[in-house]
Amino acid sequence: MTKIEAIIQTSKLEAVKNALHEIGIEGMTVIEARGHGRQKGHTEVYRGREYTVDLIPKIKLEMVVADALVEKVEGAIVAAAQTGKIGDGKIFRSRIDDAIRIRNEERGENAL
Amino acid sequence: MRLNLVPRRWAILCFLFSCSQLWGLAAPAVSSAPTADVQAQRISNLEQQIADAKSSADNSWMLTSSALVLMMTGPGLALFYGGLVRKKNVLSTMLQSFAMMAVISVLWALVGYSLAFGSGNSFIGGFHNLFLRGIGLQPEPDYSATIPQQTYMIYQLMFAIITPALITGAFAERMKFSAMLLFMILWSFLVYDPMAHMVWGKGGLLNASLGGHFPTLDFAGGTVVHVTSGVSALVCALYLGRRLGYPREAMPPHSVVLSFIGACMLWVGWFGFNAGSALAAGGLATSAFVATHFGAAAAVIGWCLAEWCRNGKVSTLGAISGAVAGLVAITPAAGFVGPMPALVIGLVAGAFCYYMVAAVKARFGYDDSLDAFGVHGAGGTLGAILTGVFASSAVNPIFKDAQGNVLPSGMIDGNFHQILNQLMGIAIAWTLAIVGTLIILKIVDMTVGLRVSEEHEVMGLDLSQHGEEGYYWDVSA
Repeated sequence: MTKIEAIIQTSKLEAVKNALHEIGIEGMTVIEARGHGRQKGHTEVYRGREYTVDLIPKIKLEMVVADALVEKVEGAIVAAAQTGKIGDGKIFRSRIDDAIRIRNEERGENAL
Repeated sequence: MRLNLVPRRWAILCFLFSCSQLWGLAAPAVSSAPTADVQAQRISNLEQQIADAKSSADNSWMLTSSALVLMMTGPGLALFYGGLVRKKNVLSTMLQSFAMMAVISVLWALVGYSLAFGSGNSFIGGFHNLFLRGIGLQPEPDYSATIPQQTYMIYQLMFAIITPALITGAFAERMKFSAMLLFMILWSFLVYDPMAHMVWGKGGLLNASLGGHFPTLDFAGGTVVHVTSGVSALVCALYLGRRLGYPREAMPPHSVVLSFIGACMLWVGWFGFNAGSALAAGGLATSAFVATHFGAAAAVIGWCLAEWCRNGKVSTLGAISGAVAGLVAITPAAGFVGPMPALVIGLVAGAFCYYMVAAVKARFGYDDSLDAFGVHGAGGTLGAILTGVFASSAVNPIFKDAQGNVLPSGMIDGNFHQILNQLMGIAIAWTLAIVGTLIILKIVDMTVGLRVSEEHEVMGLDLSQHGEEGYYWDVSA
């Protein structure tokens, strides 16, 4: 099993969600996040005072999938979330040892 | 068809009834010639009815205006200020305004009205009207000949409420609630009541319509409300010092949306504040209403143009701040100027107040957190001066000689001396505000202490002072 964490632009959430549904991914967790990579922040001005906002609103998607699906999922996310500009986000992949469905205690890929 | 019959039947009944009424009225005239006494009695009855009708008309406008001015404090100002602070202080900021609606009201009933509007000397009223004794439903002709004095009293109360509430913008996010209460109670007695008496009270030193020594033109409270509160705000900001982390840390408004709603309510409420200050529902109220609106509109443009030139963008916060600045500046002038001078006053005030909050504040580094001085102190002072320039006897013939001939009002009217009187009023308001506020701050500082502890300031005043949160977060809710 593999965990895929994708940090994407907030405006791309719908497109990514739809793309994942199309390839049969049913479960995911969506987190409203803030952060920045190489993308610089922006400035806001309130009554002449300038503030630099460097932690930019982002969406973080988390899902654990069967290893066979990993490439497909990553491909779908990249295709849907890419604009080609700085700030499009990143995808992280990591191993998952086990999974448990709380309702009936199924384990492993059956729990996904 | 059946539906149509009913109204027709009613129409016939009404017609018959009207005929009988007419006949009844006309009957005495036909049957016997009236004596002079009867005729005099009827004329006097008629005059009484006309006076009653006028009183009802004026009173309905004044009660409406009173409600509008109360709405300026809550929710207007509370939302405007509440949106400008960080979210950990939203409730404490709103409560500071709301507390005035309760505390000042009670004080006003017990003592305040008597001190401000009771007869006394040139500087302050007396104790004749303590507990509102003698303040009934009969008009007080010196103040307003057509409305019950209780209406006048409650209308003036709404001004006494919003004035201290304006100051809270200067010490936002760092003053103890107990200290704020004590400060406001003392400020209301030591600064507001004397200033209101001097400008509007019987025998007041600056009263323009009741023969004051230095007749200052202040239609709706440019000096009484905005200069006193704005200057006191500056003194508070300097005395309390900056918020922790200011100006290094970012402290942007947590919700310009709330401020936007509040500012729009202020604009609407201000019609009660300025047009209501005509104390009647006649042409002067219309004139003040019109000037108020044009002043606000032009100031939005003034502020936004300044912002556009400096930042290359127009902001929502800038637009609403401009509106408030214009409303402040037009307040003393509202009942004395026509629409064109109102546009000029607004435009100048918008740009000037932007300069005060964006450039002057940064230059001197004081933390007038929500710009109570930059908008109310600066805008009020500018408005009071411009009132002396633009006041027109054609709009409001306030100055008359012994024979009752109308004299010129402002500088453009030909009364150059008026500028000096305006400056006198402004100087007294500044002095009273600075000295009074310093004394009060000292007293509060020595008794209950002014600022919350550092730990409490970091935690936020909502939690540390009131044990609650504006945006309660509970995962299971």
